[in-house]
Amino acid sequence: MLAYVLRRLVIMLPLLFMISIISFVLIQLPPGDYLSTYILQLEASGTRISETEIENLKHQYGLDQPMYVQYIRWMQSVFEGKFGWSFQWQKPVSEVVGERLPMTLLISFASLLIVWIFAIPIAIGSATNQYTPFDYFFTFMGFIGLAMPTFVLALVMGWLLYKTTGTTITGLFSRDFVNAPWSAARVMDLLSNIWFPIVVVGLSGTAGLIRTLRATLLDELRRPYVTTARAKGLSERRLLLKYPIRIAMNPVFSTIGWVLPGLINGGVIVGIVLNLQTIGPALLQATLNQDMYLAGSILLILSVLTVSGTFISDILLAWLDPRIRY
Amino acid sequence: MSKRLSRKAKDAAQGGDERIYRATQWQLMWWQFRKHKLALAGVVILLVLYGVAIAPGAVAPADANARFTGYESSPPTPVHFWDEEGLHRPFIYKLKRTVDPVTVQVSFVEDKTKRYPILFFVPAAKPHKVLGLITLHWRLMGTGEGGPPMLLFGADRLGRDLFSRTVYGSSISLFIGLGGVVVTFFIGITLGGISGYAGGFLDEIIQRSIDFLLSIPNIPLWMVLAAAIPRRWPVTQVYLAITLILSVIGWGGLARVVRGKLLSLREEDYIMAAQLYGVEAPRLIYRHLLPNFVSYLLVHMTLAIPSTILGETSLSFLGLGMQPPAVSWGVLLKDAQELVVAAQRPWQLIPSVFVVLVVLMFNFVGDGLRDAADPYSRG
Repeated sequence: MLAYVLRRLVIMLPLLFMISIISFVLIQLPPGDYLSTYILQLEASGTRISETEIENLKHQYGLDQPMYVQYIRWMQSVFEGKFGWSFQWQKPVSEVVGERLPMTLLISFASLLIVWIFAIPIAIGSATNQYTPFDYFFTFMGFIGLAMPTFVLALVMGWLLYKTTGTTITGLFSRDFVNAPWSAARVMDLLSNIWFPIVVVGLSGTAGLIRTLRATLLDELRRPYVTTARAKGLSERRLLLKYPIRIAMNPVFSTIGWVLPGLINGGVIVGIVLNLQTIGPALLQATLNQDMYLAGSILLILSVLTVSGTFISDILLAWLDPRIRY
Repeated sequence: MSKRLSRKAKDAAQGGDERIYRATQWQLMWWQFRKHKLALAGVVILLVLYGVAIAPGAVAPADANARFTGYESSPPTPVHFWDEEGLHRPFIYKLKRTVDPVTVQVSFVEDKTKRYPILFFVPAAKPHKVLGLITLHWRLMGTGEGGPPMLLFGADRLGRDLFSRTVYGSSISLFIGLGGVVVTFFIGITLGGISGYAGGFLDEIIQRSIDFLLSIPNIPLWMVLAAAIPRRWPVTQVYLAITLILSVIGWGGLARVVRGKLLSLREEDYIMAAQLYGVEAPRLIYRHLLPNFVSYLLVHMTLAIPSTILGETSLSFLGLGMQPPAVSWGVLLKDAQELVVAAQRPWQLIPSVFVVLVVLMFNFVGDGLRDAADPYSRG
């Protein structure tokens, strides 16, 4: 087991390195840097900036250094936990992201639970009742779910919520609680709002998992050992829970690798549609304003989180199913 | 499905008809494919939609950016077939805008005094061009001269006809899928080919790159890439850039398929024969190896188009893709980005129905093709 964990770690390291390189390349990609835009803005508003001041600013942000030095400086700042400087917010990226990241993680991981809560029973029901109206209904819903972009789902569900209850959920807190210190009331307020994005993001990932689970379980149910168990007179319920479902549960963990990027995607998009205090709107603002250190750092953080999540799921899977290690 | 084919094959063989045995691979695939009714329906619907997308001007009753004053935020115009006098050809009533003096709430009421029949091949207000070549002086439908605007999907905040905009938007939304797939294919086949054929170090690098691309969430990556597109670029350039962005990220899956197939085919005798004969690597790949799994590529392509379409829609929805005055389905949905708008003018969500429909149809066609891709393994 330890050897497996180490081997997976060794594979992950170059992946993380590649992610950091790509993020940095993307930071450098837009023609012109934020500083020149910033200087133009200052001049447009009537503030004169002298050559030496520009040089000072350039030096301060390390823009006069060669590319690899800039990369190393950025990496240094990443390891210090600052992640570079956001020009748009005029503070370190970590401070911009800091308060938004926990909420983003909360939504993404809670929605993973939603995916499981919906997908597992539906998939089991569909597979054990193959070609019944139940199965057809959810197969059809699954097709629609796969075809529907997350933001459309968020908009449609938001509209339905408005139609039925007359309220719209925008933001994570009510107006009174946005800047309030943490208290029991604030947590309750958060919970009364956050369930909606969690359900939306969760539903967007459910269709794919239902498909995989249903297919795996159907394969298992056709195996001779199921027939044997049935011949032995095992009750249908026990028969199902004892082996086939346990084996069919493997995809629940093995698919985390591709469900997780999807949930992070969903979290970003839904965050933007519902205007939540998550990483999504910050990323959108950063990309629209070409605040590239912020945008690149967010990409880096999200990618590293996804890769780590996949890593954990791989370890879990190896622990559950020892065959996978070989 | 496979059972039916095999029975047919047996019947045919017993009856002395050797149709099945003589059929080419493509004929067998077609026979298999046409049994998948959903896939056939998908092909028909997609052909219709792409037909419209080639010549949006002929179908749309109005120009994409034409504004109808007095119809701002109008709901869809209902189409009627009968009134007290009985059955008529489809007609509409003029919508009258009324403002509640107390609440200042705007509402639209049908003015039932006069019927306006929907006419076909009506003269256009302004001649418009199809494919940038043919000038047309008519539009498919409308209410004719002096008639009220026919707002089948309602109007947006500026009084632009949403149906016409959806029709015009289909050009960009549907063809970005095709354009993207061409680029994805070029990258995917080339890198997958190198990976599977050369093996070794190059293979390792390409495989790790694919791992990388599949492991990071693609929407943030698209967003950051799209941020690099200069705002001043003209529409066509932005279009190409977005196509490129979506394909540069999307080639991984295809490259895996190509590599897997190449690895298994590489061991075949006829490949060794060709190698001994001195055939160069590129010719070997394109002439001898590729035709063997072209059907799998077709399946993959059908399933890759919708993801490009979804990509463009998402990016434009976020304001990072196509920019107005260009119209795509994503641009249209951007107007409904705020939930309040969607709640007040739910008809602005109608373009999303088409996004879902197109993606769904491509998935059906892909499923049908997958069943048909390997006709020899069945029956």
